[in-house]
Order: sequence, then structure tokens, then C-alpha cells
Amino acid sequence: MSARKLERLVNLLLMLLSARRPVTVEQIRDVVPGYDHGDYESFRRQFERDKEELRDLGVPLETEPLDGWGDEVGYRIPRSSYELPAIPLEPDEAAAVGLAARLWQSAGLADASRSALLKLRAAGIEADPVASAAVEPRVAAREESFEPLLAAVRAAQAVSFAYRPSYADQPVVRTIEPWGLVHRHGKWYVVGHDRDRSAPRVFRLSRIAGAVSPVGAPGVVEVPEGANLRGMVAPFDDDPATGTAYVRLAPGAAWDVRRAALSVTELDGGWARAEVPLGDVDRFAEWMVGFGPDVVVESPAPARDAVVARLRAVPA
Amino acid sequence: MTATRTQSRLARMLSLVPYLQQHPGIPVAEAAEVFGVTERQLRDDLDLLFFCGLPGYTPGDLIEVSYEGDRITVTNADTIARPLTLTPEEGLALVVAARALAAEPGLVERDALDRALAKLESALASVVEPAAATRVEVSLDEAGETLATVERAVEAGRRLHLSYHNPSRDEVSERDVDPMRILNMDGRWYLEGWCRRVEDVRLFRLDRVVSAVALPDAAAVPASVEPRSLAEGLYRPAPSDPLVTLLLDREARWVADYYPYETVEELPGGGVRLDLRVHDDGWLRRLLLRLGPHASVVAPASLAAAVASAAREALAAYAELGED
Repeated sequence: MSARKLERLVNLLLMLLSARRPVTVEQIRDVVPGYDHGDYESFRRQFERDKEELRDLGVPLETEPLDGWGDEVGYRIPRSSYELPAIPLEPDEAAAVGLAARLWQSAGLADASRSALLKLRAAGIEADPVASAAVEPRVAAREESFEPLLAAVRAAQAVSFAYRPSYADQPVVRTIEPWGLVHRHGKWYVVGHDRDRSAPRVFRLSRIAGAVSPVGAPGVVEVPEGANLRGMVAPFDDDPATGTAYVRLAPGAAWDVRRAALSVTELDGGWARAEVPLGDVDRFAEWMVGFGPDVVVESPAPARDAVVARLRAVPA
Repeated sequence: MTATRTQSRLARMLSLVPYLQQHPGIPVAEAAEVFGVTERQLRDDLDLLFFCGLPGYTPGDLIEVSYEGDRITVTNADTIARPLTLTPEEGLALVVAARALAAEPGLVERDALDRALAKLESALASVVEPAAATRVEVSLDEAGETLATVERAVEAGRRLHLSYHNPSRDEVSERDVDPMRILNMDGRWYLEGWCRRVEDVRLFRLDRVVSAVALPDAAAVPASVEPRSLAEGLYRPAPSDPLVTLLLDREARWVADYYPYETVEELPGGGVRLDLRVHDDGWLRRLLLRLGPHASVVAPASLAAAVASAAREALAAYAELGED
């Protein structure tokens, strides 16, 4: 990387942005300082690389035919598609964007969010990420598979990776059509159609071992209408209460249960009886057993029996 | 896609030039801080602009950078007076983050976020891939009314009275806290503040706040107190905390994913032996009761005995229930 090359890129950009009509490759060579004037082939290689550099940054460098036959092409950068459009944010809205941009802290979308904010600020939008210091949101994306999976989601491209279905298992290669990425409780998940199982599946990024490789062409993944990505990751959220349970609580104990209770009745000796929504019996029993003798499930019988069975299984 | 150094520097310059035009006479140090570079780097970028301009490249065509002491002014750069539009990835980053936060009903900025989102989405319709933006979802836990109360107190610099549930001891304590800041780490909301009861900085998980009331007193955080660095995560066990050794079978292996540990050793059959430091083992007892036959305590023996006796006591209570 050299200062000369950067200068050349900036000058090329300024020329194409300010030109009233498309300019030819010869004009570019003659006008923009820093191109090779000896060897034409070497100039063309320089110019091709420069075009790629600019396009990779998102600069809309366009090619247009200069005559009716399309034999000769010219280059230009339309100002209307180059420039950040006006975003009429009120001061509190700009500050809110600054706050939101802090969410991405490491890897993942952190660089993109930082550069996005700089562009907004360069347009006079005061989206200062530090000004809103009262609230600091942080979501990490430390998993190495995050970036390739995000790229695949955006490109609508299938991917394959080695995955440990449970911790104990050896990694198995899976091929999926990724529908999206979901973050929940500190973990990233990729949701998609599993080609090996012919069914929708959820994968935890932390259990992906090794590289994520693209499979086939981009643009082939279709997300089913109405797919609820978040719902697929959080099946427990869809554990609707189908009844209620009555549980006895020791004095001052099991605050979690009290908070979830529909009603709490005081009993003798500081004990209380709570009426608690009951969905999946096993999940309910797992929750209750953690309180040991401080919580006694009175009814219904299946919930009580499930707790007793779990208690009997605790190593003596 | 990883940007090359040339690209990231060029990208920075395309934002730097309009930014400096927006802020004529800004101190070099301030601009360097905004762009996250050293003053030296910023000056290098500006030196380079010295040779950039419009075809002709006469003095009147070149971008002009002038210094007045430590202050910079950039002129004659109308061609790039506005920054480059956002890339789809940049648009995605902003929109996904704004959506995640706007979903929190207790956040004071929620309304402003909603309005900002609508404007961003309409102005950037051509760059933000609408489909992609809904395919990355960050779901934050809901903190609701507690967050609203706490955030207003932080902004107003008021002391808070908290009834706070300590899950490890399963007890609710009363304390006055001088709030410092609100954090959301990986989806969970926390208040960081100076706890007047223990005279130290404490983190309070908002979903464990039973009630929060702003007091008339002004918050008074001692001047020497610094917010903790979050680089290493929120909870770091102290080296002096007692060591616990657990055997976890394959059904309980997930524990290693959720709790910080010292060492982990693979066992035949898919289990692990896990060493972790535990300050207060209340939460661990509850976890062990829930794991049942899938976990056992190697050491200390007192923890194993406590878990077993909790199970026995509970079974005795159920036996009594059966006799009623």
C-alpha cells in the first residue's frame, strides 16, 4: 500500500464524480496522476485493480456505452447514487442511532457499525456514540463462523460446516440453506433448512467446528413466507401454560416462583401457597426441584410426581 | 469481506473530508478521537489530500487543508462534501441494532429509536437489503418498567432504592445505590452502581430487581470510582474463591458452556470433569439439584453433602404431604 496509490484513487474518484459525461479509459490515463504511461498493459492492470478497490468500498462506479454500438465504454460515478441521502434525523433520533450503534462491540458487525456512524456524522448527523453514556448495550459475535454465515445469509447461499450436535459427539458435516442469524441470551444461532434432514433446523454457532464453506451458487436460498426465526430458536417461549399448579413456599424463599405466581396465599409459620402457571411438566419439575425443601409441589399429581422422581435421582 | 488497508484508509478519508468541512477549525485531537486514529495518522491522511483535487490540479483545483495551530480546516472539496452512502452491511448493522433496542418497552430512547428507524429505512431503502435486515435478529431480555425507572435516575443523577433478589442466597435485600450506568451484555440488562450498603461498585441484574424507587437525594459516586472494564465479561471469579470439582455426564456438559471454569477435562463416554471457582455456592446447589443424576460433586465433600441433604429433606416433605 502506498500513499501514491491512495492519491491516485482519490483523484480518480474526484474525476469520475465531477465529470459531466462518462470518461474514457484514455482520458483517465491522461488526466489522473500516477498511472503508468509507459506500458499500456500495466496501466490497464492498475486501472482494473483501482476500479475493484472503489467498488468494494461501495462506490457506484458505472460503465456506459459511449456510442450506439457499444464499442467504446466510458466510466462515471453518479453523484446521486454515491452520496449518502439526506436523513432528516432530529437530535434525539440521531442520539438514539448513536446508542444503537454501540450494540456491536467485537467482530461481527462492529466495523460496519463504526464506519456507518462515521458516515452519518460526516453528513452532520450528531450520532455521537459516547454522548449517550447512560446506556451501554453490547452484543458480542466472537464465533469465527459468524462472518461467513452472515455473508451466506446475505448472499442467499447454502453452506456446509462440521457441527457437534451435542457436546459429546464427533463433528458431523451438515449442509444447510441459511435463513438467518438469531442472538439470544448471549448465544448466536443460525436457522435454516437442513438439506441432510430435509427439515428446518437450528444450529448453535459455538458448536460449529472449523470452517464454513459456501455450497453452490448464491441467490438460491428461499426463506419460507412467515418463517419465525426467533420462535425457532426459542421454543421454550412457546411453552404456553395449560393449567396451574399449587406449590408451598418456605418463608422468604423462592422469589422467582413468587414473581411468576398468579396468586400467593399466606399460610401458618411464614409459609405461603402460590398458584403458578404450568406448561410442560418436566420443565416445571426441573425448575421446582432446584429449590430443594423450600418448595413443595402440592398439585397436580403429575407435576408432584415428576419432582419426587427427580429428587430420588439426586446422588446421595 | 475483509477490507484491505488501502480500502479502510480510503473509506476513512471519504468520511473525514466531509466531517472536517462540517466542523471547520476542529482541533486535530478531537477529530482523531472521533475517527478512532492517532493524531499522527490523521495528519498523514490530511497530508495525502494535499495532492488531491480536480483535473487540472492547479492550486485552485486542489483540496485545501490549512492548520491554525492545532486546528484544521478543509476547503475546496465540494465534490466530496457529502460522505459515501452506506454499504448494505453498514445499513444492516445500524438497522438490526436499532430494532433490537426499539423492542425494549422500558428504554427511554425507544420512541426516538422508532422514529429514527423509520427514517433510516426510508432514506436507505436502496442500500439496506430489506430481507437481510430481518434475517439477523438480536433479542434482548425485556426489562420494562424497572429499566425506565433506573434509566431516568441515571439521567437525572438521582439515588435509587432497590429491593434486590440475590438468587444465590434466595433472599431479597434492601439497598441504596448511586447509579453509574446501564449495561446490556449479551441480551441481559444490568445496572452498575455504587452500593452504599457494601460501599463498593456492584452490578445488579434488572430482572432481579423486585422494586426500584428514585430517591430525592442526588447520587454521590465517590470520585475515585471507575466503571469496570467489560472486556473480559461481567463476572470473573476471584483466584481466592474456593475450587469446586464436578463430574458432568454428556447430558450435563452444557454447563461448561454457560459458566466460567478453570479447567475442563474430557472423559470417556462424552462427559467432562470441570474445575470452577465459586464464591457463593447457593446457585450451584440449585443447579446440581436440577442436574440430578447427570452431575456429581468430587470436591468439596461439604457441597456434595449439602445437595444430598437438600434432596432428602425435600423428599421427607413430600412424604409428609402424602400422609395429609
